Amino acid sequence: MSHLTTDPITLDPLVSRVGGTGYGAVVTFLGTVRDHHEGREVSRLEYSAYGPMAEAEIDRIVEEAEGRWSCHAAVAHRLGVLGIGDVAVAVAVAAPHRAEAYEGCRYIMDELKQRVPIWKREAYTDGTEEWVDPTEGRVLEVGDR
Amino acid sequence: MTDLIGSSLPTDNACVIDSAPPTGIRVSLLLFARYAELLGANRLEFDLPTGATVRSIVSLVRTRSGGESLPSVLLVARNMVRVDLDAALCDGDEVALLPPMAGG
Repeated sequence: MSHLTTDPITLDPLVSRVGGTGYGAVVTFLGTVRDHHEGREVSRLEYSAYGPMAEAEIDRIVEEAEGRWSCHAAVAHRLGVLGIGDVAVAVAVAAPHRAEAYEGCRYIMDELKQRVPIWKREAYTDGTEEWVDPTEGRVLEVGDR
Repeated sequence: MTDLIGSSLPTDNACVIDSAPPTGIRVSLLLFARYAELLGANRLEFDLPTGATVRSIVSLVRTRSGGESLPSVLLVARNMVRVDLDAALCDGDEVALLPPMAGG
């Protein structure tokens, strides 16, 4: 199942994919485009990816969550140009009980942000653009000295 | 998606010797986002001596125009799996320099 799409994302197909009679809880998460970032007014943004690796890494994250919390998860991430309020990422996690569904959903989003090779270029209302760097000077894992 | 790169690459560390040219190996380097802008390319090809590592290709790309602006610490993937700089390269490998990830 492909996780990346250039089409608008809706939750219903994800919820349908994870649902089942053995599950008593479905937790969903939507990440949407904010109109500000660190005090600057955002007008739009553009996501790009290392497609095959991003797909494989999301597969791995979903497998980890499903193994850890006995849940069933689906993920969709948008690529291309997005406007304010557009859905950038959606996660649906079904589990027998709500605790596992919440935990699985949080795990997937936390890992996705750190491990999946997707990049975001923000455009601001003042006409400037910038690649977003969430690490902001933190030391990364691989040294190259 | 029009910019997806081919998959089905070997991920183990053993090179398939039969397919390697006798004098060295050819490795693709993929560049994304800010790094692609710095180097002015999405993909570069390198001919390297047999036994070259990820460090070899990183050193070479730093000597190119724009390469000097790459950060001192880089995330690298070989055949879509994160590796460190000492990872060995095989003929036909696909190495990617990954800028800080910003999905979600």
